[in-house]
Amino acid sequence: METLGHLAHGFSVAFTPVNLMWCLLGTTLGTAIGVLPGLGPALTIALLLPITYQVAPEASFILFAGIYYGAMYGGSTTSILLNTPGESATIVTALEGNRMARSGRGGAALATSAIGSFVAGTLGTLGVAFLAPVVVKFALSFGPAEYFSLMVLAFITVSAVLGSSSVRGLTSLFVGFVIGLVGVDLQTGQPRFTFGMSQLLDGVDVIVVAVGLFAVGETLYMASRRYAGKDEIVPLRGSLYMTAAEWARSWKAWLRGTLLGFPIGALPAGGAEIPTFLSYAIEKKLSKHKEEFGTVGAIEGVAGPEAANNASAAGVLVPMLTLGLPTSATAAIMLSAFQSYGINPGPMLFMTQANLVWGLIASLFIANVILVILNLPLIGLWVRLLKIPAPQLYAGILVFATVGTYGISQSPTDLVILYLLGGAGFLMRRFDFPTAPVIIGMILWPLAEAQFRRAMTISNGDWSVFYKHPLSLTLLTLAFIGLIGPHIWAYVERRRRRGPEHVPGDA
Amino acid sequence: MSTSDQQAARPRLAAPELLIGIGLLACAGAVAWQTLSIPVSPLYSKVGPTVFPYITMVGMTILSLLLIVAALRGGWQPEEEKETPTDWKAMGIVAVGLVANLVLIQPLGFTAASVIMFVLICHGFGSRHPLRDVMLGLILALAAYFGFARALGVNIGAGFIENQLNTVLDATIRMLRA
Repeated sequence: METLGHLAHGFSVAFTPVNLMWCLLGTTLGTAIGVLPGLGPALTIALLLPITYQVAPEASFILFAGIYYGAMYGGSTTSILLNTPGESATIVTALEGNRMARSGRGGAALATSAIGSFVAGTLGTLGVAFLAPVVVKFALSFGPAEYFSLMVLAFITVSAVLGSSSVRGLTSLFVGFVIGLVGVDLQTGQPRFTFGMSQLLDGVDVIVVAVGLFAVGETLYMASRRYAGKDEIVPLRGSLYMTAAEWARSWKAWLRGTLLGFPIGALPAGGAEIPTFLSYAIEKKLSKHKEEFGTVGAIEGVAGPEAANNASAAGVLVPMLTLGLPTSATAAIMLSAFQSYGINPGPMLFMTQANLVWGLIASLFIANVILVILNLPLIGLWVRLLKIPAPQLYAGILVFATVGTYGISQSPTDLVILYLLGGAGFLMRRFDFPTAPVIIGMILWPLAEAQFRRAMTISNGDWSVFYKHPLSLTLLTLAFIGLIGPHIWAYVERRRRRGPEHVPGDA
Repeated sequence: MSTSDQQAARPRLAAPELLIGIGLLACAGAVAWQTLSIPVSPLYSKVGPTVFPYITMVGMTILSLLLIVAALRGGWQPEEEKETPTDWKAMGIVAVGLVANLVLIQPLGFTAASVIMFVLICHGFGSRHPLRDVMLGLILALAAYFGFARALGVNIGAGFIENQLNTVLDATIRMLRA
């Protein structure tokens, strides 16, 4: 097996003392920011982007990947003990996990989520190692037209299909498009969307956008809602060891969650919300202990979604590494880290940067082992983090936000843009607009434009390339179905429910 | 969309959502203005620099109109979110903290500006221990400054506090090396 050889080489890269140290640092930091409400992997990696000027690509990606995986582990701790999901992907974990903690089985809930995360993370990483080369072979036949159509499909899936409203999701995406176009057009040298300001010629840095939306926006939102109910930490009771019965109820849920999460994450749609909700629904249906769901908390309802969440986090790396297609905010920021090294993720990455890719994949296996150790025996340490009071936590987040932004060019203009975006982030949070499409849109729109222009240049300005290539046509058709399908479905449903006799008021 | 209350209740206009829609329409207008002012390149290229801005402009306009329609039909916010009152005072103090940081970071340097922002934000969130917050803010700002400025090589605006400490630190390093 070719892949095994590559993996062995990857481990030789990842097992150097320096890279092990980066992995340990990343996983520790990742768990901490996962545990802390208000901080996420996208924000943290954005703040750490300047590290790309200092260390080798292997080191920074091992660090970022550790943060990415660690946040998934840490987020579940917060969901279980605080009922405030630390990450959007762990909303479902909070449903049953917090109920288990309240009925004195918090230890078992934490254990099943940590071990489930380990199982799913390891299987998911294996999935990346074996699926990625297959996707690479397929992707080598892609031309610019196919890439453009693939990006269109990803735009639709991340904004319109996932999430509560396609109009609001697309609005976020287009806001990202506007931000992404600011600056000098690289092909013709024309300034675009700069409002005549020379500070905008270089474009808006992704750090400013991520920090504005995720740190400033979140802080303003939390400040505005001080009247809303406060969640209290459930003290950790019960042993961290699961009983034989709990193991028996967990392992199938882990595997089912992994089987759901990895493929959905690996599709050019991404998102951990759908697989976690699906896994929850399936576990609820299959469980022999239905009475525990929604009452004392069912362990399957924690084990399945947690596994699904971690497996999809691994899956997201497949389109990111093989196609250069990020489908989550964190992946989009990692893509900009690649750009900062002048590396283009895509099928060629596996040939030109074999050290980097396989070292990264190997380090993910190591990260999983470190994380299960960090999150089980050392859980008490993380619980203590939850006790940081909100005022100092959010004030501290903003101090780091200033460092990250002001450090780019010591320009107060960046801070003005940061706070304006923070205001926008607050409104988006308040009015239920998803924020991830903004980041994905701003990173991917200029890339889509480049592919579009390349395709048009090759075809001599003939638009038909996009629908004459069968693969491109298929991708665009899928995008179109994704855009209007749900609306037609809703319309048909409404017609059907109203029925022929039209009962008045049967809403 | 989740706003289809059907005939059950007559949809009411949702003012906040309408403002959002109108604001976005204004943004679309700004995008249109900027798109139209992109000079058409004298260089020959198959796809000029205006194609994607035009797509963005059209998309923004359509989406903001759809949002305005949704707002006229009663908006999209769940009742729960509407009923939570906004704590304007807390938000205001936090905003003052941000502006203070923006104004003071150049004259006073990063650390001093950050401490002031830290204390104001803590106050906004309801902390009533300003002295403790000053100490915490100072420790955190210095940790952030030295973590980023010295370890990552990021240049953050140095002020009085940083310059003093940098001098001390450099002297110590020189002494240790000697």
